[in-house]
Amino acid sequence: MTSSTKVEEYITDSLLRQDRMPHIWCPGCGIGPAVGCFIRAIESSGLDQDKIALISGIGCTGRVAGYVKLDSFHTTHGRALPFAMGLGLGNPELNVVVFSGDGDLIAIGGNHLIHTARRNVDMTVICLNNFNYGMTGGQMGPTTPLNARSNTSPYGNIEYPFNVPYLVAASGATYVARWTMLHARQLEWSIAEALTKPGFSFIEVLGPCPTLYGRMNKMARGMDSLNYYKENSVVRNGADPKDVDLTSDGPIVVGKFVDIERPTFWEQCQLVIDRAQAKKD
Amino acid sequence: MKLWRTPFDQAEKATRPAKVLIDKDRCKGCSYCVEFCPRGALVLSDELNPKGYTLAAVADESKCLGCGLCDILCPEFAIHLVLNFTES
Ligand code: SF4
Ligand code: SF4
Ligand code: SF4
Repeated sequence: MTSSTKVEEYITDSLLRQDRMPHIWCPGCGIGPAVGCFIRAIESSGLDQDKIALISGIGCTGRVAGYVKLDSFHTTHGRALPFAMGLGLGNPELNVVVFSGDGDLIAIGGNHLIHTARRNVDMTVICLNNFNYGMTGGQMGPTTPLNARSNTSPYGNIEYPFNVPYLVAASGATYVARWTMLHARQLEWSIAEALTKPGFSFIEVLGPCPTLYGRMNKMARGMDSLNYYKENSVVRNGADPKDVDLTSDGPIVVGKFVDIERPTFWEQCQLVIDRAQAKKD
Repeated sequence: MKLWRTPFDQAEKATRPAKVLIDKDRCKGCSYCVEFCPRGALVLSDELNPKGYTLAAVADESKCLGCGLCDILCPEFAIHLVLNFTES
């Protein structure tokens, strides 16, 4: 056991900002392994790292932009997607990735989410879903499962949550997948696939938040959540997104649900430029 | 075990000797590596790091397959595998 390992040798470390480590995430938090998968996916997809831009919003997952050594930007709450869209349109050579949490992308940025998916803007969105607002103290949000407890639903959540893959697929995303943090290899392949696919790709990653959500729901150790994933996950590639909602007693359906082709927003922009120019000539 | 022929994928599937390095400054003792190691090569030790977290440690290096699961599950980026490691 030693702390003196050479940085360049390890792909994960070579893309981390070493001076910020150890990071602030709690012991057992699911964000770290998801970031590891993302970093290894960049390596395996063979993309030019100088052409990847990483955008995050606010929240525990929002810290990713500060920890990964890529061109990155930490936006205001919920606004990662419109920022990323502008960035991608301004410099279409960039491969734009949004890595943020459920509170940021689905709650506060929910409206941006459906419209970015509807326009099929060319980007990859990795959404870490831990079922609550972690950074602000464990409040319930639109992804908190029915009857689950949180700091603002101590008697159980009475609201029905979003079925996130269904929401983005219905809005028009061309690639939709869901994995848990425990499906690390599949997640890595999925991210590599999404990174190289044009159009709006969305990957939901379920990860434990032992400190807040876990503690309120009898899963106070990260291992409790991982055991829950292990026992309840079923891989169903190609499943209809409408059947994959998460319930407290049902299975966690994971897999790649949607992989289709549709003209991207950028291609549609070219179309209108051509039309306008044809009229002028 | 004696094989009557060499499996076609032996080169890529064979276990690789690996040295597991755990960064004491990063480990927060979540126990994922310990629980998911298919060979039980790791343990949670009694040792604490300067921040007071229990540290994971290598119990028996000879058991390790070099599968890398501990590395990819560690939330702290604390585990590094040195593959093709041979004691000199
Ligand atoms: S509060 Fe939850 S999501 Fe945030 S770092 Fe801690 S475990 Fe992770
Ligand atoms: S998975 Fe990482 S942080 Fe957790 S006990 Fe093992 S080395 Fe420590
Ligand atoms: S590489 Fe695999 S076998 Fe070796 S310690 Fe890690 S999990 Fe165990």
